[in-house]
Amino acid sequence: MSLSISLTVNGAAHTVVLDDPRITLLDLLREQLDLTGTKKGCDRGQCGACTVLVDGRRINACLALAASLDGADILTIEGVAAGDSLHPVQAAFIAHDGLQCGFCTPGQIMSAIGLILEGQAGDEPERIREGMSGNLCRCGAYAGITAAVLDAQSTLAQRRDAA
Amino acid sequence: MNRFDYVRPASVEDAIAAAAMPNSVYLAGGTNLLDLMKGGVLRPDRLVDVSKLPGLDRIEPLADGSLRIGVLVRNADLANDQVFVRSYPSIAEALLSGASAQLRNAATVGGNLLQRTRCPYFYDPASACNKRLPGAGCDARHGENRLHAILGWSESCIATNPSDFCVPLVALDAVAEIDGPNGRREIAIEDLHLLPRNTPQRENALERRELIVAIRLPADAARFAPHARYVKVRERTSYVFAIVSAAAALHIEHGVIQQARIAMGGVAAKPWRARAAEATVVGHVPDPGIFREAAEVALTDARPSGDNAFKITLAKRVVERAIALAVAGTPTRMPALPASPFSAVPGVLDNA
Repeated sequence: MSLSISLTVNGAAHTVVLDDPRITLLDLLREQLDLTGTKKGCDRGQCGACTVLVDGRRINACLALAASLDGADILTIEGVAAGDSLHPVQAAFIAHDGLQCGFCTPGQIMSAIGLILEGQAGDEPERIREGMSGNLCRCGAYAGITAAVLDAQSTLAQRRDAA
Repeated sequence: MNRFDYVRPASVEDAIAAAAMPNSVYLAGGTNLLDLMKGGVLRPDRLVDVSKLPGLDRIEPLADGSLRIGVLVRNADLANDQVFVRSYPSIAEALLSGASAQLRNAATVGGNLLQRTRCPYFYDPASACNKRLPGAGCDARHGENRLHAILGWSESCIATNPSDFCVPLVALDAVAEIDGPNGRREIAIEDLHLLPRNTPQRENALERRELIVAIRLPADAARFAPHARYVKVRERTSYVFAIVSAAAALHIEHGVIQQARIAMGGVAAKPWRARAAEATVVGHVPDPGIFREAAEVALTDARPSGDNAFKITLAKRVVERAIALAVAGTPTRMPALPASPFSAVPGVLDNA
């Protein structure tokens, strides 16, 4: 059985033919669309490495069937920078050493973008940590990650106020 | 994951018809179902995708003052809905204490109600599990069972229901609206989950093909809003299921507890309403002595199913703490660590 779905991925419209309904959003991104920035860590919704935004909300791409996302708007790590200019969250992760090996980083950054969009955490480190608890970092760069999210959030707020 | 047939019906009626094929399951957020399928625990022949069914994703106040929540409302949307949070803050706290932000964005009300136990023997197809394969035996009974049930368990199954959400729902008399091949019906969420007895494979009161379409919170449940808490003890700070949890909701007037609602999570195959404990505190001026007595009463029938006698003591303390926190009052802002008994501020004891 094959079925065809429409997706917008990083602003570009795609019509994708799924030759098997078992294909997850994660496998579709990596294997069919060659967007390998989204990482496969546990593949069971426990590590957060596959975090992407679907219709503006962060989810685990490994636990979403592509077939059930017909019509969705997907944002992955490949789509967050504006040309050569890094997204403020990307820049903040570099500035605050929010990574070591980097494997979890695309998921961390997408999760942080989602968290900032949700607007629930404010500037309290404890709320940032709780809001980022779905993203594991085996190198233990959590202190830098929390600092990066706080910094990026304030950069984005300043930009919004200036606009 | 096994091969399966995928269908996406356009209406509830079509979904119920599509589920007529043997070994069909409904797919909503998929956060539990796909995980179980990836592990080979579930091998359905057909997935009936209900995630896009129209009209099931609304939160609507009804004329009688109750609140109707569509079964496809995402956990995060419900927990952040201002009308809902104001009226039922302990349910929002329970939702936000569960899973991760990513999972709460995908998981639905219905999926939370029907999520499966996290008993590791159920999750491991190489282990004997009466739930997975009736008659196979229970490897948990004499295995690693420190997190298993202390109430309502049987020799055939000692698994617990992992939901946080369901604990305050049961305390507050929430109702599930069900549609199915024989029409619509309602059931109290307290009666939705079944104890294992000798049929642990039958986990809930739904008949085949029946679909929960909404839950409803009665109008009078909102009166508990000023004194309603959920407390969840975990093995790490966040993103983990409860060892034991408790919801407590009180209606206090003239300094006296007029009404009380208490339920426990992580202790049995269903969220456990503690009516005798409720009766113990009603009519009393709030006092630590009466909280302790209520906690004792709540666990009267508890017995260890294995290496888990500590959970009985822990459950008493969690019930006592939940009542004390409910008396102290619902915080005006959701705590940074929802339902946590520990302080959000590192180095500061919260139990002083």
